[in-house]
Amino acid sequence: MRLYFKYLNIHLKSQMQYRASFWLMSVGQFFIPFMVFGGLYLMFDRFGQLQGWSFFEVALCFAVIHLSFSLSECFARGFDAFSSLVGRGDFDRLLVRPRSTALQVLGSKFEFTRIGRLLQSSFVLVWSLANLPAVWTFPKLLTLALMIANGVFIFTGIFILAATFCFWTIQALEVANVFTDGGREMAQYPLNIYEKWVTRFFTFIIPFGCVSYLPLMYLLDKREGSELLPMLFTLGGALFLVPCLLIWRFGVRHYRSTGS
Amino acid sequence: MKAYVSIWRLRFVNGMQYRAAALAGMATQLFFGFVFIMIFAAFYSGSSGGEPISLQDLITYVWLQQVFLSFIMLWFRDQELFDLITSGNIAYELCRPMGLYPHWYSKLMAQRVASAVLRCFPILFITFLLPEPYRMSAPPSWASFFLFLVTLLLGLLVIVSISMLIYISVFWTMSPIGSILMISVAGEFLAGMVIPVPLMPQWLQSIAYALPFRWTADFPFRVYSGHIPVTEAAWGIAIQLLWLAILVIAGQWLMRRALRAVVVQGG
Repeated sequence: MRLYFKYLNIHLKSQMQYRASFWLMSVGQFFIPFMVFGGLYLMFDRFGQLQGWSFFEVALCFAVIHLSFSLSECFARGFDAFSSLVGRGDFDRLLVRPRSTALQVLGSKFEFTRIGRLLQSSFVLVWSLANLPAVWTFPKLLTLALMIANGVFIFTGIFILAATFCFWTIQALEVANVFTDGGREMAQYPLNIYEKWVTRFFTFIIPFGCVSYLPLMYLLDKREGSELLPMLFTLGGALFLVPCLLIWRFGVRHYRSTGS
Repeated sequence: MKAYVSIWRLRFVNGMQYRAAALAGMATQLFFGFVFIMIFAAFYSGSSGGEPISLQDLITYVWLQQVFLSFIMLWFRDQELFDLITSGNIAYELCRPMGLYPHWYSKLMAQRVASAVLRCFPILFITFLLPEPYRMSAPPSWASFFLFLVTLLLGLLVIVSISMLIYISVFWTMSPIGSILMISVAGEFLAGMVIPVPLMPQWLQSIAYALPFRWTADFPFRVYSGHIPVTEAAWGIAIQLLWLAILVIAGQWLMRRALRAVVVQGG
């Protein structure tokens, strides 16, 4: 863990060397989800509601997913950029060090410019919370925090899976974007508006439903029940990470260097 | 002219090589198309009617967006051109006996066309076979279809001239990232990529109509579905031509100015 923070520190310092470019990127990163959110706002402006969900309820869903996405893009960027590590044969160096490979890859890159995205989704979170007084109880806020944390785990898990495939394909697989970017686009709306098979896939295979839709029902009093259950649901995200890490291990063992 | 055509051909063949990438791109585009349609359908299912565009037209709109994504994305960047400018290798380009503006213009266009040719037919094929709510509909008349082809082509020319302006701006800013990101995000929004232009509120529509972006995507797609009738489309073509002329002239003028002041970096 100490090593991880050391990595973090070094990367922060190095990225801060290019200050102007850093801030420009951050501002740009602020605007991308801002436009998407603007689209969401305008749709509600025209239609009023979405199958019983109000604007602020969907905004909360949007904020949770985008917060998780930007956090995992910031901290798990190493896996996202992993193909270049394999392609250049630099992964060999990580293998000879006496630390876990997952940790080292995680520490190989951080993308701090995602702070723009993070800020934007935080604004949305605060705005929607301010307009949803029903959420202001301790167990609900705790659930919300768990939702975001486990959302980070899911996105990180997908990044790891995509990276693992690089062991065999060397190149990065664009198809993974379906699950990261596509998953983000999807999960920013409550999952029940989609077709059944989509909802099922994104609840049981990739558990986005566990961090956004199911606990959200509880947060917004759409479903009665004990307070513990939705918290347990969110842990589906952490559960997803376990097989991903196992597959990663399996992939590392099958790694053949590209050499140079 | 011959030189530009052969550059176009070179780039086109080059672009056709990336078939695996195209396959992955197609899967992504189909998925996104599904998601967008489901979201719009969910919004429509709860409304009382009276939308400015029918769901059927909207589905066609979304599919066309995905099929011709490489025609309408502003953010289709060519890292090579950026590197030429920032690394100073632009000097070689200047030695060549042809105009830099048409040279780059044909390069950029070829890339887009190659990527579209690889992707559009399989996706079109699939979208016409999908089960009912998702199926793409055929244009209402031959006239609409023909006008769609014309407007799409003109839209491509317009978008390439907009992206030329972006490349030219790098001569001044040196860093391609920040400013372009914002222009392209705003431009794509105004082209109806996030939510279709007819669904925007009135004030935003008037902004979108006043700028060139919507003529590259929104306009041809609505001509296809017949949402914009044939006579109106003919006027739209005139406006597209006008924008094209303005953008190309502005681009060439700016490029001349940029090249006069260009400082070649490095040696």
